[in-house]
Amino acid sequence: MTALSLRAGGLSWRVRLRGVAITLFGLGLLALLMALNMRIGDIQMTVAEVIAATFDPNSAAHFVIMELRLPRALTGALVGAALALSGAIIQSIARNPLASPEILGVTTGASVTVVAGVVASGSVYGGTSGLLSTLGIPALALLGGLIGAAVVYGLAWRRGLDGYRLVLVGIGVAAVFTNVKFWLLTVGDVNDTGRAMVWISGSLNGRGWEHVAPTALALAVLVPLTLLGTRSLDALRFSDDTVTSLGVRTNLARALMILAAVLLAAVATASAGPIAFVALASPQIALRLARSGQPPLLCSAVIGGVLTTGADLIARTAFSPIELPVGIVTAVLGAPYLIHLIWRARK
Amino acid sequence: MSATVAAPRLQSIRHRRVTLLFVLLAAVAVAVVLSITIGSKSVPLGDAWTALTAPTGSENDIIIRSLRVPRTVLGVLAGVALGVAGALMQGHTRNPLADPGLLGVTQGAAFAMVASIILLGASSLLVYIWFGLAGALIASVAVFALGMVGGRGGPTPVTLALAGTAVSAMLYALTSAIVLLDEQAMDVFRFWQAGSIGARGSSVVWQVLPFILVGLVLATVNAPGLNALSLGEDVARSLGQNIAMTRTIGVASVTLLSGAAVAACGSLSFVGLIVPHLARPLSGTDHRWLLPYSGLIGAALLLLADVIGRVVAPPGELEVGVVLALIGAPFFVALVRRRKPVRL
Repeated sequence: MTALSLRAGGLSWRVRLRGVAITLFGLGLLALLMALNMRIGDIQMTVAEVIAATFDPNSAAHFVIMELRLPRALTGALVGAALALSGAIIQSIARNPLASPEILGVTTGASVTVVAGVVASGSVYGGTSGLLSTLGIPALALLGGLIGAAVVYGLAWRRGLDGYRLVLVGIGVAAVFTNVKFWLLTVGDVNDTGRAMVWISGSLNGRGWEHVAPTALALAVLVPLTLLGTRSLDALRFSDDTVTSLGVRTNLARALMILAAVLLAAVATASAGPIAFVALASPQIALRLARSGQPPLLCSAVIGGVLTTGADLIARTAFSPIELPVGIVTAVLGAPYLIHLIWRARK
Repeated sequence: MSATVAAPRLQSIRHRRVTLLFVLLAAVAVAVVLSITIGSKSVPLGDAWTALTAPTGSENDIIIRSLRVPRTVLGVLAGVALGVAGALMQGHTRNPLADPGLLGVTQGAAFAMVASIILLGASSLLVYIWFGLAGALIASVAVFALGMVGGRGGPTPVTLALAGTAVSAMLYALTSAIVLLDEQAMDVFRFWQAGSIGARGSSVVWQVLPFILVGLVLATVNAPGLNALSLGEDVARSLGQNIAMTRTIGVASVTLLSGAAVAACGSLSFVGLIVPHLARPLSGTDHRWLLPYSGLIGAALLLLADVIGRVVAPPGELEVGVVLALIGAPFFVALVRRRKPVRL
């Protein structure tokens, strides 16, 4: 394996050239997909027209590009990256290629609180305020995601954290959240329910700069921190005993990395709803492409952006003029992939 | 010598099993009485009896005869069906976490039903049921296939549960895609997916009854073969079992039972999961006893959950599917947290 060692002070990283190449290639692909997303829509544009519109505030297309398509495409790429990074961390810690923030209760927890908020602000149970139904959704999703993860983590904890137990407890807790969500959907008015349904399927429709900003901020803060944590992740691959003897404080390192993963997934979910399977599939694709022992973080994030942006392109165009939520596309594409992983895992 | 010692013991085991069967029947009877009398309007037992035997057309009589009785009968049918289906699934996959809801069969039925509404304009329950059964069949074959590949190399409970989750997620996404395009379908679907045995009317009962009866007959036929299979496929083969036939009957039975229950009542998770775990300590591993015990416990559990749902959230109701999840999930988590993983 071609590798390069970087040293800065007391820290050192081994950089695998293959991983770097895949990451760069992924970034190129991401740029290409985003460019396509800029061009395609109700108003079709050439690349030249897109560029012209971007830099000419007086042109008619400026608004379409700068206020509609660009923030939507950026939200998709950033949310995909955040989900994938979250998945990569969780899979490394659970030592299970099938784990993801969906299993960890983040997305299901967020769905329940958002649906509860939409129903509460709707017409049936008295109605709280209109503000809650618009501005409040990301806040509710963030809160619900954190609570969901805390519940799963707390229930799965038993003198340590076992990967399998974590996954199974997650499935059980997710079942409760899902059923409560279903019940809330029957309580609400059918119009509120429709809005909630779009959100809980994971949608990039109508995403603006207010959705780009929090995800970008979370990534800017958490990516460097998680890269620093990679060293402990490398060690966490081994059994608890080995890790302890290597001198990594296992549970503390794990808890901090999981917290970062939960925050990334929760922020992403708050911005775009639960986009299924991106967090699960991206790290596994990255791992295979980069041929590394565990999911490479940056490479996973780039692939997450590519997957989400590509899926959104399909969601926008495949059934034109009807637009599907992107989460439906990722779920339909992602589930067969998960089943494939399970087939492979039986060996 | 040993035979003379064993005979009385066998007889006492048999005696105990029959007694337990009657105890469980009594439990179902109590649940039935509760389900008929308790609700947003409670009806005294005497009045309920009058309503059933000599109706006068009073308000109570109408409530009992047109609402509570069909609801209760449907609860018994669905409970028996899901309990037996759960026990069969756990036996065939040798997976203590198997359940039609968790393993994708429910969502398979849901997808096929919604597809039939939107794509083919289906509107009667009888049509939905056939589509629901087809969807359940495809999903259960997929999950069984995943659950039984190889012997020692077969998937663990974790991978099977995840496979079920994955199949469910994909089918749910497809279902939502259809439902999002049609508000009317959404209004039907959202009530269906919460899972309820109320307000379905007596015609539903008659429509699902044949499917459930055939499913129960197949389950009964399947029990001895499943006993042999639980010793391992090699032993079963040496005992002269036709393994392919036993598996096929098992899948057919699970499909009929869970497909019919799900088509009629919507998504009712956790009945199939919990019930065999409650029944097994009473019955032992013999499926000829485990299956009837599971059916009876399933009926009692479903009815009690429904009664709880009627009284906890006045003036509204909590759908029985939600109550079952709230009861079932802690059970599931406790099962997972046991020090030694549960084995079958």
